[in-house]
Amino acid sequence: MSNPAIDVLPDPTEGPGRHGTGTHTEAILTGRGGGRGRRGGVGSSGGGKADRVKQRLTSPWATVAAIIIAFLWTVPTFGLFVASLRPAADKRDGWWTIFTQWQPTLDNYSTVLVGSSTANNNLASYFINSFVITIPGTLFPLLLALMAAYAFAWIPFRGRGTLFVLVFALQIVPLQMALIPLLQFFNGIGIGGTFPAVWIAHTIFGLPLGIFLLHNFVAQIPPELIEAARVDGASQTQIFFRIIIPLSLPAIASIAIFQFLWVWNDLLVALVFSGGTAEVAPLTAKLANMAGNFGRNEHLLPAGAFVSIIVPLIVFFALQRYFVRGLLAGSTKG
Amino acid sequence: MASVTYDKATRLYPNTPRPAVDSLDLDIADGEFLVLVGPSGCGKSTSLRMLAGLEEVNGGRILIGDKDVTDIAPKDRDIAMVFQNYALYPHMTVAENMGFALKIAGVGKEERAARVLEAAKLLDLEDYLARKPKALSGGQRQRVAMGRAIVRQPQVFLMDEPLSNLDAKLRVQTRTQIASLQRRLGVTTVYVTHDQTEALTMGDRIAVLKDGILQQVGTPRQLLDAPQNVFVAGFIGSPAMNLFPADVTEDGVMFGTALLATPRETLAKVTGTSVTIGVRPEDIEISPIEGKGLQVQVDLVEELGADGYLYGHSEVEGKRTDIVARVDGRDHPNAGETVYVHPVESHVHLFNTESGERINPAAGH
Repeated sequence: MSNPAIDVLPDPTEGPGRHGTGTHTEAILTGRGGGRGRRGGVGSSGGGKADRVKQRLTSPWATVAAIIIAFLWTVPTFGLFVASLRPAADKRDGWWTIFTQWQPTLDNYSTVLVGSSTANNNLASYFINSFVITIPGTLFPLLLALMAAYAFAWIPFRGRGTLFVLVFALQIVPLQMALIPLLQFFNGIGIGGTFPAVWIAHTIFGLPLGIFLLHNFVAQIPPELIEAARVDGASQTQIFFRIIIPLSLPAIASIAIFQFLWVWNDLLVALVFSGGTAEVAPLTAKLANMAGNFGRNEHLLPAGAFVSIIVPLIVFFALQRYFVRGLLAGSTKG
Repeated sequence: MASVTYDKATRLYPNTPRPAVDSLDLDIADGEFLVLVGPSGCGKSTSLRMLAGLEEVNGGRILIGDKDVTDIAPKDRDIAMVFQNYALYPHMTVAENMGFALKIAGVGKEERAARVLEAAKLLDLEDYLARKPKALSGGQRQRVAMGRAIVRQPQVFLMDEPLSNLDAKLRVQTRTQIASLQRRLGVTTVYVTHDQTEALTMGDRIAVLKDGILQQVGTPRQLLDAPQNVFVAGFIGSPAMNLFPADVTEDGVMFGTALLATPRETLAKVTGTSVTIGVRPEDIEISPIEGKGLQVQVDLVEELGADGYLYGHSEVEGKRTDIVARVDGRDHPNAGETVYVHPVESHVHLFNTESGERINPAAGH
């Protein structure tokens, strides 16, 4: 991966040592990873805590527990995978019967992807719809949330604290409350059932958490960096694009994964705002209807589900290092 | 190049009773190296940040050249600042760090590269231009921070304790480098430090601050020879000046059993019956024979080669008072002995005990 973020912050493979208190700020400031051995002073106070946690998490019992949990969590997915390979006739009993009779087939996949019995069983066009929804549905809220986070963290204005709490408080309101008014609004301005309606809805629902998480990260950027940029003549916009964005890449990446997975797997918002038409509806909407009337095509569901999780799996494995780091990013202060 | 003027500049943080910087009046000449020095919390950094535009000015004005910059954004002040922790942009190479301001200012790529290279040569950084800050040592980072300021060719350099993150040896080395660089470039510089040695060795003039109030401005010599009050007397100079109360008689001031003849006009400024007397360690004469002066019990002699410092104590007005005196490196009294000390009379500083203000005229001024 040639992502510039690798150069920005210490190499994540350097181990959890760098997550000690204070080293984060120091690491940003000097670009030095804690992995080379913590330096005295700033970094050492919280280091003990991080070391203790590390010690506990690497004990053999913890490893055994982790393996058991991972196994239990993987069993249903494995079952789904097996089921996706079984012929329609076998579908009435459990997946574990493969141990006695095993006749794998790829028929389900070919039916799901290319479509044979009926034309609208074809997932390909929904696949594209999913991308058209998910990519802007990730980028828009991310960019807006980052701008808001920067403003909340670094631009002093009246009522900043109150407004920030208010934004995050929106997280409490269930999004179901907003579905009908929002749909009425979209229909009123004539974009109901189109891609922009879905994008806007996802943006709205994704913003509060995005702002909150990014704010925590952006606020930890050392103030001197921003002051240095101001003295160097940079405007707020230039500071945002040349300093804040490059330095926030790890957080941006991890939140991008969150949002991407959420939008990709979402059914409710997409179903409401896309109108469920083949032109706009995403994969999940199609999947929900796949079983067909009276469960005629029930045997196709596992294959369809597997097709739909391929993309999230790729995204997750490609960016998992950021995922872990982003989760820890906001929590290392204290 | 430009002069800098603080005209009754005041910074009052919200919800604090006392201004962090109180009506600061300071004129800094074009090309001058001025050091702001004081204990922590004295407002020296705040003063610098006010000049940088990073801190609001609540009263008074600040001028760079003839231009009133009080309410102008930092980017329009044509200044460059070196931060204590250098504040290098971690995602940029050394060259990008140094060229950032020029890039923002829209300077062309080739000119930018040329100016960065020129500054890098000056600071011995040519080999590191492609590196990221994380791959540099502390001293190199410090030089990059300097380079970032130099490349700008600004009207004024602002430096906020740029040496405090270096180890002692490197600090001494860099100190002279910065001072000579500044003299070569001739750019007006305001330098903040809490280290009086740094102030004395680097500054053309030094401004001493305490609790947001300017105590004295002057050349290092002036501050050493004629401190205006007890605070400056005790703060500037190492080891610190000996300061203790002394009784006043009709003819002068009593230094132990010795009478220091004091002009009448000086005695007229005394309130009460005592003054605070100040003598630098190097202005103390020692004799082992009982005579006129202060009786001092020697506790320790610090050997520093050519010189030594004698640390002792004496009873002054019933209280134990520590006395430091410079002695010859080889020939000096030893710990446990009793000696008599007497000041070089032309280098005695007298201060009003209540106000702390200087009352006698300084030698040679």
